[in-house]
Amino acid sequence: MDFFLQQLINALTLGGFYALIALGYTMVYGIIQLINFAHGEFFAAGGYMGVILLAWMNSQGYMQTHPWICLTIAFVLAMAYCAILAMGVEKIAYKPLRKASKLSVLLSALGMSIFLQNGLMLTQGVYDKTYPGVFAKGALQVGGFNITYLQIIAMGTTGLLLVGLNRLVYKSRLGKAMRATAQDRVMATLVGVSSDRIISLTFAIGAALAAASGILVGLYYGSVRYDMGFVPGIKAFAAAVLGGIGSITGAMLGGLIIGMTEIFSAAYISGEYKDVFAFIILIAVLYFMPTGLLGENINDTRV
Amino acid sequence: MIPASKAMLTKVVVGAVWLFAVVWPMTGITPQGFEFGKAFSIVGFAMTAVLAGLGLWKLRQKLGAAGFKPFTALAKRSSAMPAWLWRGLLLAVLLGFPFVSSRYGQDVAINVLVYVTLGLGLNVVVGLAGLLDLGYIAFYGVGAYTYALLSIHYQLSFWLALPLCAVMAAAAGVVIGYPTLRMRGDYLAIVTLGFGEILRIILNNWMQLTGGPNGLLGIKPAAVYLPDPQNGWEFARVLLKSPEAQYFLVLAIALFTVVSVRRLADSRIGRAWEAIREDETAASIMGVNTFAMKLLAYSLGAVFGGLAGAFFSAKMRFVSPGSFTFIESAMVLAMVVLGGMGSVPGIVLGALALIALPEVFRDFENYRMLVFGAAMALMMLFRPAGLIPAKRVGRRSEEAHS
Repeated sequence: MDFFLQQLINALTLGGFYALIALGYTMVYGIIQLINFAHGEFFAAGGYMGVILLAWMNSQGYMQTHPWICLTIAFVLAMAYCAILAMGVEKIAYKPLRKASKLSVLLSALGMSIFLQNGLMLTQGVYDKTYPGVFAKGALQVGGFNITYLQIIAMGTTGLLLVGLNRLVYKSRLGKAMRATAQDRVMATLVGVSSDRIISLTFAIGAALAAASGILVGLYYGSVRYDMGFVPGIKAFAAAVLGGIGSITGAMLGGLIIGMTEIFSAAYISGEYKDVFAFIILIAVLYFMPTGLLGENINDTRV
Repeated sequence: MIPASKAMLTKVVVGAVWLFAVVWPMTGITPQGFEFGKAFSIVGFAMTAVLAGLGLWKLRQKLGAAGFKPFTALAKRSSAMPAWLWRGLLLAVLLGFPFVSSRYGQDVAINVLVYVTLGLGLNVVVGLAGLLDLGYIAFYGVGAYTYALLSIHYQLSFWLALPLCAVMAAAAGVVIGYPTLRMRGDYLAIVTLGFGEILRIILNNWMQLTGGPNGLLGIKPAAVYLPDPQNGWEFARVLLKSPEAQYFLVLAIALFTVVSVRRLADSRIGRAWEAIREDETAASIMGVNTFAMKLLAYSLGAVFGGLAGAFFSAKMRFVSPGSFTFIESAMVLAMVVLGGMGSVPGIVLGALALIALPEVFRDFENYRMLVFGAAMALMMLFRPAGLIPAKRVGRRSEEAHS
């Protein structure tokens, strides 16, 4: 039982990482029906930005005196960085293709993903970069299992961001405009919503969430790599599809399910094949429920 | 200054500022302090490239289509000559190529021909049937591992193994195709990608069968019986190890693929695929068995991947999962789309452009994939139909609805 609970904590942590990335996919897909292949690269860029900032602050000695403030600053700056990056990428590679065929946009996204990944490789090198290990590796003992401080940080940040995003989408004017654009872009434009701006902001928000996930993953596993974006990107997309693409709650749920599948299959079945189980779940869900668990939340003019 | 050029200038300046904001944090912040030189040089280089590109673009607009006139004239003249003459000429060039080129040139040519085969195979699935497949390299892997295993464990000759590789790849095509038939577009893309990854993970972890990440060694090259002039023209077994021999082998496979794909495209089956691509509902109403046809597209496309894979493992005499990653699938897909979906000469040109051109710029090895990615995105902006668009393409059903 303790083993199970321990794995559950691990699964929730990992699922949270996937959920954060999946939100970017689901929001972008909800609005312009595009699989943003480059999204995984924002996750990697966020992880790198985090390590760059933390390493600098560490060398200046700020990390020793104010670790929490440093961490917050790293999060905010890395998220802002990826938001700016994503807005530019959207403008260069996706905006001119609004009316083009889906395949063209998909390939443009694929090209962008390769471009960004190699850009990271050229500027950061091919080897792992390690996060400064300032945050103690200690753990909280609850009953018979441990929660490490890093897990608390990860789950806390994920929860905070998810609640924040939910409020943003369902309570604010911007959220209303986003939902309106997702439902019917032409109609939203007619009532005064600038759809280009909304799309750009959606990319920015999605990338910021992915960046946050990137830092969390970097802190959690201790290092980042230039090609770390690809596999989590695909799994997060699987999570988004699993939950019903376009649905924000669905993406969170899907992320948790993929995280659990991965952790539990690694713990109880086989560690080497954990990725296979995530893909098998994806294929099975799409086969039996082609619109995902919570149903596809986009307008049906597409079909 | 006229307003139009002013707007352009603002755009360029905003772009430069954005690029700096994106590049500097990645290159300039180090534990030792801040550094600006690298970021400035990258931004400067990129801006020069963009301005040069803009200049060329404006120039082309000013000249209109005049810039392309020699090209069209050449095309017109070429179509005036009989087709058999062209084909004969081309064949002569292809057959003579290894005798005039260096070893390096032959290696590049072999690579190009392997990718031509792969591209044409994928073309059956994506270009003709309109099924977006991001895991095509899996079939290449199936072919390569099939021959590797048959050769190592049963000492089966290449020529006997070749059809078996094709059959295994076709079977894999059916296995992957069957559950995905109900999906379209993006979902199909992601599921085929998932299948490709599953295969790679299995190859990576099934130690007893595939040797895991270390791969399989000791694969035999293909062999043929040739009359030996030194020994009174007696037939002798010759291993196809030299680059020339491998070139002829892969040339045969590639030519077989070219002819088959052309024939397929013009057959009833090919027409049915194109009907499915253009409008699946209409095709099924008109009596096309969409289920069988899509499965057939998957398995026939896979056959060519399997053939290329068998050649690959006979040539390298070593296979490992590292050769069958997603990026390879993306490369092959890029060839098909950049060259022109559904068009055979287009895909040949696409393979040439993506394999041979980067060899010319070998000194910039590190930037190769960077440029590849950028070129892929740019191509979609400026020439989405590909270099040589297929003649018989209508409005794809997806475009009409989105």
